[in-house]
Formats: sequence, C-alpha cells, structure tokens
Amino acid sequence: MSEISRADVEHLAKLAHISMTDEELTTMAGELDVIVDSVKKVSEAVDADVPATSHPLPLTNVFRRDEVGEMLTAEQALSNAPDAEDGRFKVPAILDEE
Amino acid sequence: MTETLPDAAPLSFEDALEQFDPVLGFEVHVELNTATKMFSAAPNAFGDEPNTNVSPVCLGLPGALPVVNEKAVESAIRLGLALNCDIAESCRFARKQYFYPDTPKNWQTSQYDEPIAHDGWLDVELDDGEIFRVEIERAHMEEDAGKLTHQGGSGRIQGADSSLVDYNRAGVPLIEIVTKPIVGAGSRAPEIARAYVSAIRDVVKALDISDARMERGNVRCDANVSLMPKDGDAFGTRSETKNVNSMRAVEHAVTFEIRRHAGVLAAGGSIVQETRHWKEETRTTSSGRPKSDADDYRYFPEPDLVPIVSSPAWIEQLRTTLPEPPAERRRRLRESWGYSDAEFRDVVAAGLLDEIEETVGSGASPATARKWWMGEISRLANARDVEPTALGVQSATIIELAGLIDEGKINDKIARQVLEFHLDGEGSPAEIVSARGLEVVSDDGALTAAVEKAMAENPDVVEKVAAGKLKAIGALIGPVMKETQGQADAGKVREIVMEKLGVS
Repeated sequence: MSEISRADVEHLAKLAHISMTDEELTTMAGELDVIVDSVKKVSEAVDADVPATSHPLPLTNVFRRDEVGEMLTAEQALSNAPDAEDGRFKVPAILDEE
Repeated sequence: MTETLPDAAPLSFEDALEQFDPVLGFEVHVELNTATKMFSAAPNAFGDEPNTNVSPVCLGLPGALPVVNEKAVESAIRLGLALNCDIAESCRFARKQYFYPDTPKNWQTSQYDEPIAHDGWLDVELDDGEIFRVEIERAHMEEDAGKLTHQGGSGRIQGADSSLVDYNRAGVPLIEIVTKPIVGAGSRAPEIARAYVSAIRDVVKALDISDARMERGNVRCDANVSLMPKDGDAFGTRSETKNVNSMRAVEHAVTFEIRRHAGVLAAGGSIVQETRHWKEETRTTSSGRPKSDADDYRYFPEPDLVPIVSSPAWIEQLRTTLPEPPAERRRRLRESWGYSDAEFRDVVAAGLLDEIEETVGSGASPATARKWWMGEISRLANARDVEPTALGVQSATIIELAGLIDEGKINDKIARQVLEFHLDGEGSPAEIVSARGLEVVSDDGALTAAVEKAMAENPDVVEKVAAGKLKAIGALIGPVMKETQGQADAGKVREIVMEKLGVS
C-alpha cells in the first residue's frame, strides 16, 4: 500500500510541467495509489514468464517506403503559432541546454 | 561532501597520464541520408527555407501518427552488421520525455531497452597502423530535433530573450552508436578518440547511409572521459562533453578533459558528473548542467508504433549489401598501388581514395592517378574553393592527358593548363591541344630556329656548355620555352644544343 507518495506526485508534476496545489498533491497521491493497486491485480492472473505487453495488436513491421509525400507549407505550419518571425516559431528563451 | 575544486589547474597531459589511466566512451549520432524523415514523408533535406520540410508528425500536431521509414530501419540494420553487432530479433521504439522547444511533441521517439543492434566492435586504425578494437554497446534508432536560433544577448542562450525554431531537422532519422567503456588507451586516448570517430565516418560513408559531413552535423560526437588511479580498478566519475563536431576537436576535447580531471583529482577534489561544452577557440570545455531531475525521462514503449521484427532472411539479405570494410579496403589498395605509407596517408587524408581507385580501374597507372588527383586537380579545387570531387574530372580525361604526355605531344606544364581549359568547358584534352595549337614543338625547323636564337642571345652560356658544363644548358631552355610559348620539349632542346656544339 501507499506506493505512490506525495513526493512522487510532486516530482512527476514538476517533470510534466503541471502546477498543483498542496491539496491536489495529497488527493492525487491517494488516487494514483488506488490505480496502481488495481493494475497490480493483473499480475495475479498471469504467470511470471508472460512478457509485459506494450502492443496488444499482433502487428509488426508496419513500414512506409522512403518516398516524399504530403507536407505542410511554412505558412500552414506557422498558422497556429502564438508568435513567429522569419518563417520560424518564436518561443520564450528557455535556459536549459547549450 | 568532498570539495569539487572546479578551479583546480589542469595538469600537463604527461603528468596526468603518469598518475591516471583514462577511460573513454563515445556516443556518436549519425544523421541518415534517407529521402524522408524517420516517421513521416516530409523531406530530409539540409539548407532549405525554415519550416518548409515539415508535416503534422514533425510538428507534433494532435492526432498526427508516425509511420516508420523502412529504409531507415534497413540502414540501421546494415550499420549494426558493419559494426559486428547482433541484430535484435524484435525491438521497439520508446518515448523519451522532456520539455524543450526543439522537440514539439515533448518527447523524442527513440529506443530504450530494446535497441535494434547491440554488442559489436569496430577495429580502429591508428596513425602508425596499429589496430585498436573498440567495443560497441549498442546502436539504436531515433529522430533528430529542430534547430533553435537564440535572439538577443550574444546569440547564445545566456542572455537571450527569445528563440526561433525551425523544424526542418525535427524527425530526421538518427542512429546513435554507444561504445562500451574504452580502457587501456593510455597516452593514445586522444588519438584513439579521433580515429574512432573517423572510422565511424568511414563506415557510414562506405555504407552510403549518411552524407557524413561533420561540419553539417551529419556526424556528432559526445565524448565521455573519466580517470582511474594507476593502482585502482574502479572507474572514476565521468564528464560528457557534448557535440564535439570535428575529428580534431574530439582529439583536443579528450586531451583537455584528461588534464582537467587529473588537475581536480590530484588537488584532492572530486569530479562532478555533468555535461560539458566544447569551446573551439580556447580548446577547453566549460561546465554545462549537472545531471538532475531533468534527466528523468520516464521512457515508455511508444504506443503509436508497432515492434520491428528482423527475420534472419531479411538480415542475411541486407548483409549481402555490405561494402568491404573500409580498413580492409585501405590495406588492399595500399598494397596494390604500391604507394609509400606517407603517400597513401596523404591520399586518405585528402579523401580521394574513391577517385583514385576509379581512375586506376579505368586504366590509369596508380602513379598517374595519384599525380593528377593529389596534384593539379587538388590545386585547382583549392583555388576555386570547392572539393576536388566537385570539379567533375572524369577518369577518361586523366587517362587522355597522361596519354598525350606519354606520346610526347604535350609536356607536364601544358597538360596542367589543358586540364584547366577542359574544366572551363573547352572540350576534351585532345581537342584543346589541337584547337589551341598546344602540341609540343618538336619539328626540328621551328625548334632549331628557337634554339639558335637563344644561343645567339646567350653567348656566355654557349661558352660554358662548349667547355663541357652540360648543366648550363638549362639556362637556354627558358628562353627557348619563351620563344615557343612553352611548347618545346626540353629533352629535344638539350639534344639540339649538344649536337650544335659537338659535346656529349
């Protein structure tokens, strides 16, 4: 029980850029804990040697030939941009890399 | 907490090596030269107007679904095979999640626990011909990010007010090649670093899966360095110098990091695990950001892309398309052409192996092919500020020029001029020689007249030659060449002078 701590939620919220109040963090920790416990029940129904399923459909190798197809014009690409300059998206400077 | 002493002075390279053994590791990103992107049919092209090679997938628009480029997968498998890797029977893509405007989806589609190729090796040839084996941990498929241009401030991110984003590069297929820790390099670590990146470049060029132009970022290297004390066997903390994008820079960055680590450790400090930025101007690195929460990428399998299964038949079919390994090819060519080590090294450094091989294959002697490619063609290319290959000189042209020289119709000097006229569109060498009347003057009448004139104008020289100083004849060749506009055969001039003066 209580696998998801309040600190976990706070950490995830920060990584996901979601702002949460103290109250929301506490509530969410409790709710996520219930969800994780519920999902865990799956492991009771299968043997340990069953591999985790990431893709339920029995499909592999869905490929596209290396041929140029439809694309957007620069105008279309930028049409939803809050701000643009010189044919490029304009964003606030973010101090991270470089 | 141990003092980190970031300001400790670097040791000299020699002192560093006396106390420590360097351990290296490389992550090399190779941009593929497919026609389209990894997951969308938008063109993979360099240098176009911003945001003109984009699709909804490249922009991460809601509902846009990726589809894998088959050729990119084939390129990854072929590279894996060329790096002597095992190819995964089945592998998946994963989402590597982070927020940064160069990646509009807010994740990079990559591979995590199931790379397409793993556990290989590459033999790297050092300057003296020694072979050093680099173990490959994995090679996985992923996509490139968009390009940011920072505005305001100095143009770098510090002090910038805003950034402009071009997504033409977003989604370009990448293969990331990760080495296992490279130990035992010792003082040759910087040389091995350069040779490794060079060898990767050779391999991807030979496979023709990448344009492999480092100055365009087609091949990018992150260099990991750590030091082990001479008497220890535990790896030290490593630094990762990002985007060292020339072979010389890789060598210098590794040298500097070895010296810097040694300085910090020798002063009793400890190395911070962090990314470092390479500074070309000072040949040093500077602190980037430490490993932090931001590196918690929360990978999970990409639900929009189904697994890739590589059947043995597919792998074997791709194996038949592999070129001769570059190192083996070099060995074979060096032996067959009979060049000296220095001559061969120069040819490799000039990047003219393919051209010389083709010219030799077309019937030129190895010496002729080398003479033209390394000589006049390289000189003209340099003068015109293009790559020698960009001049478009055909092997047939070189063979024709060499033939004209061998037949005594033109001399070397005229031949070089003929090449230039040929490049300017004046026709084949034989046509140029005929149209411009460049054939060497060997008909005795005209040549004899020119020699007689030169002798009359240089009585002192004639006296010396007559006295047996045959070397002095050289002083007559210049005036004769001038008289005949450079078309005289020097050997013939000697003969005529000696005959006239009755010396031998």
